[in-house]
Amino acid sequence: MIDFSLSGLRRALDAGEISSVELTQACLDRIEEHNPALNAFLTVCGEAALEQAQQADARGGGGGPLAGIPIAHKDIFCTRGVRTTAGSRILDNFVPPYDACVVEWLAGAGAILIGKTNMDEFAMGSSNETSYAGPVLNPWDPARSPGGSSGGSAAAVAAGLVPAATGTDTGGSVRQPAAMCGLTGFRPSYGRISRYGMIAFASSLDQAGSLTRTAQDAALLLDSMAGHDPRDSTCAERAGEDYSGALQGLKGKALNGVRVGIVSEFMDEGLDPRCRQVFSDNMETLRALGAVVSEISLPRLPLSVPVYYVVAPAECSSNLSRFDGVRFGLRGGGEGNLERMYTETRRRGFGEEVRRRVLVGGWVLSEGYFDAYYLKAQRVRRLLAADFSRAFESVDLLAGPTSPSPAFAIGEKIDDPILMYLNDVYTIGASLAGIPAISIPAGSVDGLPVGLQLMGRPFAEVEVLRAAHAWQLETDWHRLWPPGASAPLSAA
Amino acid sequence: MNNLTTPRNPKPAGEFSDGELERAAQLTRLALDEGEKEELAATLRRIIGFVQVLQQLDTEGVEPMVHPLDLALPLRADEVTETDVSADAQACAPDVARGLYRVPKVIE
Repeated sequence: MIDFSLSGLRRALDAGEISSVELTQACLDRIEEHNPALNAFLTVCGEAALEQAQQADARGGGGGPLAGIPIAHKDIFCTRGVRTTAGSRILDNFVPPYDACVVEWLAGAGAILIGKTNMDEFAMGSSNETSYAGPVLNPWDPARSPGGSSGGSAAAVAAGLVPAATGTDTGGSVRQPAAMCGLTGFRPSYGRISRYGMIAFASSLDQAGSLTRTAQDAALLLDSMAGHDPRDSTCAERAGEDYSGALQGLKGKALNGVRVGIVSEFMDEGLDPRCRQVFSDNMETLRALGAVVSEISLPRLPLSVPVYYVVAPAECSSNLSRFDGVRFGLRGGGEGNLERMYTETRRRGFGEEVRRRVLVGGWVLSEGYFDAYYLKAQRVRRLLAADFSRAFESVDLLAGPTSPSPAFAIGEKIDDPILMYLNDVYTIGASLAGIPAISIPAGSVDGLPVGLQLMGRPFAEVEVLRAAHAWQLETDWHRLWPPGASAPLSAA
Repeated sequence: MNNLTTPRNPKPAGEFSDGELERAAQLTRLALDEGEKEELAATLRRIIGFVQVLQQLDTEGVEPMVHPLDLALPLRADEVTETDVSADAQACAPDVARGLYRVPKVIE
């Protein structure tokens, strides 16, 4: 039986147990069978993927650490010659003339692009319901949301349509869907991965990440995704590290002496009591792994969601001003009048949540409100980031639940934006501080997966990944498949 | 410092009047349907009420945080690095003529 993780597939390909063409075809078959229901893919590149697989097989080895392995990209990453919509009607016909850095570098490592995944429109959403292509279903329960905004990537990996996928995380859009679909979702530090070619939502928060079956796989992807790229002026000027190498040799009490702080503000009234129980059991597991667990307070953290819902809309209103019906995407209406052409194009092209955020953002940036809202939020953001820095003086990692509840029903929160925003109450803090954070499968409530979130100091990707890997050496939550599903190639 | 809590049932913000909705729509170049205005304004009033909790915190003398990295704007050498990709770039434009983007007439 072949282990359907990146590292498992690497071994199987190298040992000749399977060819890249067989693997790619198996993924395409799974997509054809399950995608009509799941709606996880917006575009499937079957022919091109098989062609690349043939080339990988013909090379017979070499070609990079991901050679011959199909992966999916969230439809927010520009792919040369392959339609890229960002889940928005306004980009329904957009075919980029260039590849995003993440796409280019993963292809350089040999990965095969099998398709582009569904997402909340411009990554604005926590349930994948704001996509113009309709919601994605959660493979664990089709009545429920897979989370968002990287919901298509999460559902595709959880259902075994593809071994791994990229995502982006502005306020939790990698970690929250990972938690809700039983996956490992990693958001590295702000600036760790180039944002070149990643369609911008909120530039001071956006960061690429991954949805994988294991922390080892997240490390394997990060090996190729991280590094300095001069095409993104906010990409950190420091080389990537050997992340997968750093995970080798871990065993037993691998967290001996690691100080883990439980964020006390996360243990609030909003946390589902069943998830609280899972989290409390998780802390016992961390102790058994050798970690020194204590509680720690980040007093300004309860303001993270309000800070985010000023900063992110402000940046989005600025970033989305480029969609004006002139240079790319939809042009709709307002014939004969330039001003009306802009306003009609944007009315027709943007969905409800995007329009709300553009309006809020435009307003908080406007004369008379800029200081009271936008600058105020940026000041609170600094205090909040200082809370994190102070915490990291006495602990090595911070821990909390990823999400206040397991996956919620499709339709449950979409009519109340604030209820939806509060779903990201545990993930937004790390985003505002720009620190690395991972969600790992850590339990189950009523048959639905629950995630544990671990956060580290800026650029401490290695520490975070080592802790997550140590966790997965001792636990089995990441090995579970949704009901009725089983690992692809299990008969091979 | 008070014990801060995440607002869960915010009061709608009074200062976001219907006129403010029109102003925001004008600033962001968004056409609004007559039929949606009332509900939209009510929703935005709640969202703005939600973020008003920030006013509770004293931020006197705190430098605004623009983004998480304390880095200076990087400069690069003044060299030509791009080739002419205008044909590629314009291939996805709605209306192009002779290498130019075409928009509705703005001069009478």
